[in-house]
Amino acid sequence: MDVRPRAACAALGLAVLAISAAGLAHNPKLYLLTLLNGVTLAALYFLVASGFTLVFGLMRNVNLAHGALFLLGAYVGYSVGEATGSWTLALFAGFLSSALAGVLMQVLLFRRMEGQEMRQTLVTIGLSIVMADVFMWIWGGDTYGFEAPDWLTGRVPLPLVTAYPTFRLFMLAAAIAIGVLLWLLLNRTRVGMMIRAGVDDRQMLSASGVDVNRLFVVTFAIGAGLAGLGGVIGGTALSIAPGEDVRYLLASLIVVIVGGIGSIAGAALGALLIGLAETFGLAYTPTYGVVFTFVLLVLALAFRPNGLMGVNR
Amino acid sequence: MSDARLALRPPGAIDPAAAGAPMTRRLPASAPAWALLFAVLVAYPLLVPSFWAYQIGAQVLILGTIALSLSFLAGYGGIVSLAQMTVAGLAGYLACIFGTTSVEQISLGWPWWVAVPLAVALATLAAVGIGALANRTEGIRTIMITLAIGVAFSYLAQQNYAVFNGYQGFSGITASTVGGIDLGAPVPFYYLCLAAAALLGAGVIHLSRTPFGIGLQGVRDNPRRMASLGFDVTAHRLVAHAVAGFIAAVGGVLFVFFNHQISPGSVATPALINILVIAVLGGLRHPLGAFVGAAVFVLLQNFAIDLVSRERFNLVIGGVFLLVVLASPDGVLGLWARLRGFFVDPAMQRTKR
Repeated sequence: MDVRPRAACAALGLAVLAISAAGLAHNPKLYLLTLLNGVTLAALYFLVASGFTLVFGLMRNVNLAHGALFLLGAYVGYSVGEATGSWTLALFAGFLSSALAGVLMQVLLFRRMEGQEMRQTLVTIGLSIVMADVFMWIWGGDTYGFEAPDWLTGRVPLPLVTAYPTFRLFMLAAAIAIGVLLWLLLNRTRVGMMIRAGVDDRQMLSASGVDVNRLFVVTFAIGAGLAGLGGVIGGTALSIAPGEDVRYLLASLIVVIVGGIGSIAGAALGALLIGLAETFGLAYTPTYGVVFTFVLLVLALAFRPNGLMGVNR
Repeated sequence: MSDARLALRPPGAIDPAAAGAPMTRRLPASAPAWALLFAVLVAYPLLVPSFWAYQIGAQVLILGTIALSLSFLAGYGGIVSLAQMTVAGLAGYLACIFGTTSVEQISLGWPWWVAVPLAVALATLAAVGIGALANRTEGIRTIMITLAIGVAFSYLAQQNYAVFNGYQGFSGITASTVGGIDLGAPVPFYYLCLAAAALLGAGVIHLSRTPFGIGLQGVRDNPRRMASLGFDVTAHRLVAHAVAGFIAAVGGVLFVFFNHQISPGSVATPALINILVIAVLGGLRHPLGAFVGAAVFVLLQNFAIDLVSRERFNLVIGGVFLLVVLASPDGVLGLWARLRGFFVDPAMQRTKR
């Protein structure tokens, strides 16, 4: 890293600190609540984007139907939750349905167009148009919300902000847990080692006797399943409706562009930045809130075209 | 253009055509075929009811023009940008802001010969800015970044009331009366769109044969080799963004005249994706593809509802798109060329990628 980006980082950091100090002095409760909202929104973005970065960064599969997988998990989870009355079952159903859809996509589509990024992009865009319309057909245009289990409803008393919804804190904990698990899976297990090896040199790995196709199916299932999991959790914290697929796809895109493609830590950092920028933007300047996200994107691209944690491969 | 291309071409560079840059494959259509096509298009509005001239004909030409900007960028430059509808939408918004609409507190009411060129110029400038950003990435990341820019713009338009009039946007704008002809009336408006589409389409074909166009195709096929030959890769891409931005901006102004309104929905994600669908449906290999794709799209949009219910339009267009992308990466034109090759010229099949 040469001097210019470092100076820019320092300037940006100072500006953020100064604005934070002003915000704290002006209205500490609003500031802290916004901070918590931002961090927990970031947790949700991370849950969805980590699956995207796993599939895209590691397997070079461009899956722009990731938002549709999010919505699939959310809707199936909702129906299962309605039928059984159990939120935990809904969570499992959300994960499994999206994972299954992801496996089908990997086997039926991506395997046939390995390395053809543009075709993958177009096919998954077509697929997400079709899927969004099928969802609309089945579940209609209504907005659904999940009922969280008793132990997650209500509020936790906290100093300064008096109380904060339990579920959003749970979301944060879940994101941290999943992030750590993913990192451990990739960096400390045999399967993770094989995934990383397969990314670097697929043929060599295959020649060493590893079933690469099965390995990639497993990775894809995890990535897609995380989108479905995010669907149920996001549907509980906020709500699900037609159009949410685009929103979360976009969030995932920005998170991986800012954070760096294929890096779990990058996804976490990117999600944190985007979540905070969005919430603070909305809280303090409602009219131009979205501009903050955009500025962040531009800055990241201007100084680190491969993302903050990205490597040029 | 000539100055720009001279500047882009380094002194003493090898002739790009000889440097191995592949020429565009031309449609197997000769001059009489083009003349016939043009004659049919000119006669068309006089032979059909005004619904067909305006709602179908003009809309195909406008959407085709906006898609043409993408097919130029993608087909010759290898840059797939989802922000072309954003540029078009910005031009439309600017035409509303500078021109006359029913939102009197914002619209400045300037005459069309100030408002329209200014809108097109500013939108082209914005396209260069988007291009400068997108240039920092390649391939799939360009799609992502342009999609992000496009959605950010639609949110901005939706949340900003001072300039973009928020959720409502603008309405009540029409094409002006020029020289005693009401350009907003169905048939004159069709001819206006036809003239724009034909000029821009011919311009793209011409540009693709200039040294700049051939250099751009070289950049598409192998940027590294072109750079080492002394071509300025970034400049070629930026100029491509400017050209595409201009095309999209013209289409955008026509689109706002066509719809008489513009709102954040006009530049939201589905609209951005639709332009990609149109360009890819028709095929990116030839400028005509954009218009073929637009014809398929508009006809499906208007008549698919007779086959299925109105709400399921997305299912139909998404399904058709999926089928075309899976079956023929070159779109409808590619299918046509393949069929033609199959029946007429077996040698063509061998050269097929």
